[in-house]
Amino acid sequence: MKISGAKIFVETLIEQGCDVIFGYPGGQVINLFDELYLNQDRIKHVLTAHEQGASHAADGYARATGKVGVVLATSGPGATNLVTGIATAYLDSIPMVAITGNVPCSLIGRDSFQEVDIVGVTMPITKHNFIVKKVEDLADTIRLAFKIAKSGRPGPVLIDIPKDVQKSVCEFENKPVEEPYPMTKASQKLLEEASKLIAKSKKPYIYCGGGIIAGNASEEVQKLADKIDSPIGCSMMGISAIPTDNERFLGMQGMHGHYASSIAENEADLIIACGARFSDRATGDKSKFAKNAKIIHIDVDNAELQKNIPVYLGINGDIKDALARLIELVQEKKNPKWTERVNQLKKEEKDMTVNPDSNALTPFNIIDIINKNITEDTIITTDVGQHQMWAAQRCTFSKPRKFISSGGLGTMGFGMGASIGANFATGNKVVLYTGDGSFGMNLNELATAVTNNTPMVIVIMNNGVLGMVRQWQTLFFDKHYSNTTLERKTDFVKLAEAFGAKGYRVFTTDELEEVFPKAFAENAPVVIDCAVDCNEFVLPMLPPGGSIDDIITQVGGDF
Amino acid sequence: MKRFVIAVLVSNISGVLTRVSSMFTRRSFNIDSLTVGETESSEFSRITITFRGDDYIKEQILKQLCKLHDVKEAKVLENDTVQRELLIIKVKNTPETRQDILSAVDVFRSKIIDYSASSLCCELTGETTKINAFIELLKPYGIIEMCRTGIVALERGSNCLKSN
Repeated sequence: MKISGAKIFVETLIEQGCDVIFGYPGGQVINLFDELYLNQDRIKHVLTAHEQGASHAADGYARATGKVGVVLATSGPGATNLVTGIATAYLDSIPMVAITGNVPCSLIGRDSFQEVDIVGVTMPITKHNFIVKKVEDLADTIRLAFKIAKSGRPGPVLIDIPKDVQKSVCEFENKPVEEPYPMTKASQKLLEEASKLIAKSKKPYIYCGGGIIAGNASEEVQKLADKIDSPIGCSMMGISAIPTDNERFLGMQGMHGHYASSIAENEADLIIACGARFSDRATGDKSKFAKNAKIIHIDVDNAELQKNIPVYLGINGDIKDALARLIELVQEKKNPKWTERVNQLKKEEKDMTVNPDSNALTPFNIIDIINKNITEDTIITTDVGQHQMWAAQRCTFSKPRKFISSGGLGTMGFGMGASIGANFATGNKVVLYTGDGSFGMNLNELATAVTNNTPMVIVIMNNGVLGMVRQWQTLFFDKHYSNTTLERKTDFVKLAEAFGAKGYRVFTTDELEEVFPKAFAENAPVVIDCAVDCNEFVLPMLPPGGSIDDIITQVGGDF
Repeated sequence: MKRFVIAVLVSNISGVLTRVSSMFTRRSFNIDSLTVGETESSEFSRITITFRGDDYIKEQILKQLCKLHDVKEAKVLENDTVQRELLIIKVKNTPETRQDILSAVDVFRSKIIDYSASSLCCELTGETTKINAFIELLKPYGIIEMCRTGIVALERGSNCLKSN
C-alpha cells in the first residue's frame, strides 16, 4: 500500500525503536506533526519551548541511555536553532538524529520563506547529513541515519525533508533494524606489545574518556586496573564510568582536575588512554604533557590516534573487546612504591581541600548535602562554567551515564534540555547544577519541565557573576571584570513560580539541608537558588596552555 | 614540507565534493590542487588532491577522509605513480615573438589549439614540473590568460584503489 512521506517518517522512527522525540512545529513540518498526532499512542512527542532545548533534550536522552536521540524542527530558524545542540552532540560523540523540514523542492535555492541550506550549515558538525528529494528514498535514509549515528564512534546525523516529499506517497514496508557497522577489532600484535609495555612499567596510570561510557567498558577498565595495580583517572567525559568509591579512582585530571589525578598522570611512566582524545583541556601544554610516560592509546576512532598528542603505541578498535583481550594478555603485577606515592598524593589533595565554615553555602558544601540526599539512579546534569567543574570534582557516582554535561563544546544552556531528555529516557530523577549565567540562557525550558512534571531539582549556584570567565579575569587579566558582573534583579523564586514551579532561596547549609529533601521528593521541577560567594574559585587550575608545573592550588588576596 | 598526492574514491552523488573540501578547511589543511571526475563505474567519482605538509598532516588527512561516509577508499600515491596535468595557455602573438613561441611549443610537444592575429593558445599535458617550466618560458612573451587542471594520477602496474 502506498503511504505518505510523513507516515513513512513516523513508521520508520517506530521501526528503529524510537519511542520519544523532542521538537517544535512549524510551517514545513505540519505534515509530519499531523502523523505524530495520529500516532500519539505509539510515539511520544515532547514539545519544548525552543528548538535548541529540544536538541539538548534529544542529546540528554541519548547520553542517559546510549540510544539514538531524535529531534524534529521546522525549516529555516527552526533548523538553525538546532545547530548548537547538534554541535554539542558532535563534540561529545553522542548518537542523535536531527530531522528538519524544508521548503518544497521546487522552491529550494530561491531564498524562499524560512528556507535555509541546513545540510550545508551542519556539514562540519554532523557525522553525515542528507536531504531527501524523493519519497522513495525516505525510509532507507532514516534507517541509514540511525545506523551511522550509532556505529563506531557515535555522533549526530541530520535529515532534511522538503515538504513535497512529506506529502508524496510511495510503497512502504517495515524492515528489521540493521546492526551498526562492525567495529574494527584491535590488532592482537599491538595488544601483545601493550602488555609488554605494561609488564615493564612501574608507574602505570589508566586514563579513561567518554569512550568508556559509549563503549560500555567500565568493568573492563576496573579489571585491568586491578590486575596491573594501576590508579585510574578520567577526562570530564569519562566521569561516572568508574564508581567514585573505587579506591583506584583518582577522579578527573586536566585543567580543573583533581590534584592527585593530574600529578599522578604527570609522574606515571606509562599512560593507558582508553576512549579519550587528549583534548587541550585535559593536557594543557602538549609539549610538557606527561613527559615521563610512554602512552598507549586505544580508541575506536583511528583518526584520534596521534591527532592531539604523539603516542608510543596507538591501537584502533572496539574498546570493550580490546580491553577484555588485553586483560587476558597482561601478567598480574604489583607496584607497591607507586601505590604508596599515589596514596601520598591523595592525602596531599585531601589536606589542601579547604574545609570551610561548615554552615557557609560553599559549592562543595552544596554538593555534599545533595550527594547525601540522592540515590544511585539520580542523574546529575550540568550547564557550563564554575558550577560544572565543581560538580565534576565533587559529585559521587556508582553507575555510568549518570553524569551528563557538555564537555567538548562547553555549551552554556545545555542543562535544562538535557535534564528533560534524560528523564524521559530513564524515568529517573534529575539534579541539574547550573549557574545564574547558564540558567539564564535556556530557562524557558522550565515551562517544558513544568508541563511534563519532570522530577528535577534545579540547583542554581547564584554568585551574580559569570564566574569562570571572571576567574580568568582575576588570575590573568588584572581583575578587569569586563561584562562578567551580571547586576541583574532576577528573582529566581518568583520566576519559578511564574512558570508554575516551586522555588526556594537558601543562604546557609542548614536551609539547604531542609529544603533539598523536600524538593527532591516532588514529582515536578523545583528551583533552589543558592547564594554563593562570587570569590569562590575552581581549584586546582592548570592555566590555559600551562603545564603541571604551573598548577594553581590556592588563590589569595582580596577580590 | 613535502608534497603529497592523495587519491580518493567517493560515491558519485551531489555534495560529496563539498564534504571532502570542507573537511580540509575545517581541519585547517591546505589544498594545492583538486580534480574530480566520474570513474569507470558511474557509482563512483575519483578525486585527486595534492597538498603540502608533513607526515602528521598526511596521516590526519587520510584518516579524516576515511571517516566520511561517502568516501569509499583513500590512498596516498607514492612515487610509483603516473601523474599528469593539463594546461591551456593564451599568449600574445606578435611578429617579433611568434617564432620563438612556436619553437617552445615544439620543444615541449605542446599543441597550438587556437590562433589569432594577436594571440596564440596552446595546450600541454605533463607532470607539474614540465607545466611550470613551460609557463616560465612563455611569461616574457606576455601571458593573456591560462588555466590548469591540477593533477590526476594513477598508480603504475596493476595496483588500484579498490571499490567494494
